[in-house]
Amino acid sequence: MLELRNITFDVPVQENSKETKRIIDNLSLTIPDDRFTVITGPNGGGKSTLAKLIMGIEKPTSGSIVFDGQDITQLSITERAKLGIGYGFQQPARFKGMKVKKLLDIAAGKKLPMLACNEYLAKVGLCSAAYLTREVDKSLSGGEVKRIEIATILARDPKLAIYDEPEAGIDLWSFDRLTETFRDIHEARDGRSIVIISHQERIIQLADEIVLLRDGKVAQTGTPEELMPQLGFVSKGVPGCKLTEPTELHLTEIPTTC
Amino acid sequence: MAVDLSPIDESLLAEIANIHGMPKGAFNIRKDGELVERHSSAFIEISTKTDVPGIDIHIKPGTKGETVFIPVIVTQSGLKDVVYNTFYIGEDCDVKIVAGCGIHNSSHQASEHDGIHSFYIGKNSRVSYVEKHYGEGEGTGERILNPTTNVYMEENSFCEMEMVQLRGVTSTERDTNAELAAGAKLVLIEKLLTHDKQEAISNMKIELKGTDSNVQVISRSVAQDDSVQIFNPLVIGEAACHGHVQCDAIIMGNAKVKAIPGIEAADEDAQLIHEAAIGKIAGDQIVKLMTLGLTEEEAEQEIIDDFLN
Repeated sequence: MLELRNITFDVPVQENSKETKRIIDNLSLTIPDDRFTVITGPNGGGKSTLAKLIMGIEKPTSGSIVFDGQDITQLSITERAKLGIGYGFQQPARFKGMKVKKLLDIAAGKKLPMLACNEYLAKVGLCSAAYLTREVDKSLSGGEVKRIEIATILARDPKLAIYDEPEAGIDLWSFDRLTETFRDIHEARDGRSIVIISHQERIIQLADEIVLLRDGKVAQTGTPEELMPQLGFVSKGVPGCKLTEPTELHLTEIPTTC
Repeated sequence: MAVDLSPIDESLLAEIANIHGMPKGAFNIRKDGELVERHSSAFIEISTKTDVPGIDIHIKPGTKGETVFIPVIVTQSGLKDVVYNTFYIGEDCDVKIVAGCGIHNSSHQASEHDGIHSFYIGKNSRVSYVEKHYGEGEGTGERILNPTTNVYMEENSFCEMEMVQLRGVTSTERDTNAELAAGAKLVLIEKLLTHDKQEAISNMKIELKGTDSNVQVISRSVAQDDSVQIFNPLVIGEAACHGHVQCDAIIMGNAKVKAIPGIEAADEDAQLIHEAAIGKIAGDQIVKLMTLGLTEEEAEQEIIDDFLN
């Protein structure tokens, strides 16, 4: 369980300026185990900052973060990762010379068998044979590197996974596969929690709980049924909007022998 | 011919040429300026030069699938070893050449090895050349390597050269020269890591003389601590040819890196490109690996290892 207690995060208005701007404002939030939480809200509302505070990429100005009963507020990124927190970046880093296989191995903390790599890549709609030996560098498109980023979190299998806009840069068909993957993880109900920052209706409707973040504060929380009409969406339930689901190109199974 | 390899010698040989004990096939092992062991094969003949120190390696036309090892080790301090090795590779060959120099210096005096390697590559031949430089030893004496590589490529020949120097060499000035005839293709891969107060200079002059000749230079380097690196590759296109130079350096600490890629075209159909980039390890790379459980130091090492992989 993750508890955010009275978190405040201020940043200088300009570099070296004493004047500060409040990004997160006395925010408290609890994310229980087994919970699929979607954080949504307007741009500049503090969503990505909140995710970075949980991972330790940023440290709060005040307040505390407690994970499974342990105060992790002052712990480093590495220490939090070792405790079971994972983070999928909105804009993933690229590495010259590093192969996709190596990145997945690092994520898993061990040398992964090929079969496992196939599975992780298939879950994000990539063909393992075509990608494992590719380098995670500029030769990959934005969408490809984003899907590999998500595959690293799948390989890491953290107790609490935070994804910052996983849909950004991903094409419609791969996105379809991705929502299935998130649903599968969630349906396994094995104590793992997923926090996704998203604006996507298809993802929002998978949530157990939606957190609406505005001006650094939790404006509202609720189930999709409760909140989606207010967000301008209509809760449709699974499998979602027919118009955005291409029937002929729908990829339910990605062959791993391609 | 005395065969006398100590554990230090054997570990140096393993480091630079990945050989354990005496290799199979054609080889020539040189230690402290003297021959340790030599073996010619049915298609590859190694003989001692009569005018200057060094060897001639004649590879018969049509030789395929053979490997030649010519490693050099220096364990004596105060020694300056200069050696000329000339390869005559016949037509239609496909061979691998493994060279390299390892210095173990446990004294305060300098040890130096200057290897002048020349390659005459016959028509339609393919050559893969790997050269590894490595220095170690607890002494304060300098470990100096100044290699010169000259490559003369005939029509439609192909040569890939991988020159690696990771750690331990105090000072190095490398000169690489090549002339390419029509249809010849050269791939030069240089990997370098310097640390402490080491200095490394790499000069290249590649002349694309024949139609459809092609060179690709890939240089990747990491400069740590107070080390200094200078890259000075020059590609000259004198025909309808392709040349691509890519220098990529990671800079750390108080190191200095200078990249001066040069291209000269003397034919309107010459297509020459150079790229050079110097930068520190990106913060987002380190943060990403930390979110996967690596410490900052482990992340940095991982990024360097992959970059130079």
